[in-house]
Amino acid sequence: MSADVILGTLGSAVILLVLFEMLRRQRLREKYAVLWFFVALSALVVAFVPGALTGIADLIGVEVPANLLFFAASMVLMLMSLQHSHELSRLEDRSRTLAEEVALLRMEVESAQRPSGRHPDAVDPADDDPRDD
Amino acid sequence: MRRVLVIIPAWNEQGSVAETVHEVRRTNPGVDVLVVDDGSTDATAERALSAGAMVCSLPFNLGVGGAMRAGFRYALRHGYDAAAQIDADGQHDPSFLPGLLAGLDGPDAADVVIGARFASAEDTYQASRIRRLAMAVLARTLSSMAGTRLTDVTSGFRVANAKALALFAAHYPAEYLGDTVESLVIAVRSGLVVRQQSTQMRPRQAGVASQSSARAAVYLARAVVALSLALVRKWPEATIEEGSV
Repeated sequence: MSADVILGTLGSAVILLVLFEMLRRQRLREKYAVLWFFVALSALVVAFVPGALTGIADLIGVEVPANLLFFAASMVLMLMSLQHSHELSRLEDRSRTLAEEVALLRMEVESAQRPSGRHPDAVDPADDDPRDD
Repeated sequence: MRRVLVIIPAWNEQGSVAETVHEVRRTNPGVDVLVVDDGSTDATAERALSAGAMVCSLPFNLGVGGAMRAGFRYALRHGYDAAAQIDADGQHDPSFLPGLLAGLDGPDAADVVIGARFASAEDTYQASRIRRLAMAVLARTLSSMAGTRLTDVTSGFRVANAKALALFAAHYPAEYLGDTVESLVIAVRSGLVVRQQSTQMRPRQAGVASQSSARAAVYLARAVVALSLALVRKWPEATIEEGSV
């Protein structure tokens, strides 16, 4: 067995194992699992079918097959991190909206509990601690 | 009579927020005052509350944009006819507020009126040269978009009518310069009329202004990026929230 087969197998085995464990513990959403599954699968294919990589490299006209591998891998990583930035922006936007809503709701609740109504001209500071019975 | 909500975004402004609230209530007796405590770690919320304002405390710091959008949402849900924004640091003189609000009425009515600080000859505001350049670029671009002369587009002293506050309740960016420049771009691109009136700014009552000439160049670059993004960004249709309280 050559070194690249061992490395490729090892790499995909690690990805698949971690993937399985994360899915089992419900730490990973399915959409990401599918993505990583295909990454692991392609690594396996490249490791066990050396002809596949050279064949595709020949087809496109890339002289060194390893360069094709590096290019493809970096593109995949770039797209994935882009996707993560997108998700992160969306989550930040949502948590911002939630923070605003929570603050408004807390104000409504506190002013409803206060006997003076919406316009507190004099308020005792002890009113501030969050007591839930 | 028009119901007006004065929104004061405040982040660690315990030294000046109470005086600002008092002053707004003294000079504008009919208005409601909402202090949006933007995740302060000091006594901002308590002081604003005992000064007689309503206080909405955000669980963490969102920036002026987030604080203001929360305020606009409150105004929208409670049927206010206009909302005003005043800084908590005391640099905006609330005695100019009735004048700004009057700009929402009449034959030359606007939807958004900005209290601008460079518009008067006797103003005392000082800024570094690069920062002035940045502000000039912003002002020039927004003026041509709005079809009116705007000199101080980064001013946080402004009033909005019901139409504008419904728009801002849905879209008020929390990003850098989003609460000032980009919000105006959104307003103009949504067909709202933006005008300005001259106001005199005062030195801050407490705290330090975030201004150093070394940072001015960075400010210029970020302003250009923020403006360019605002110009090309796609905004979803402004929809009045359903199911309001």
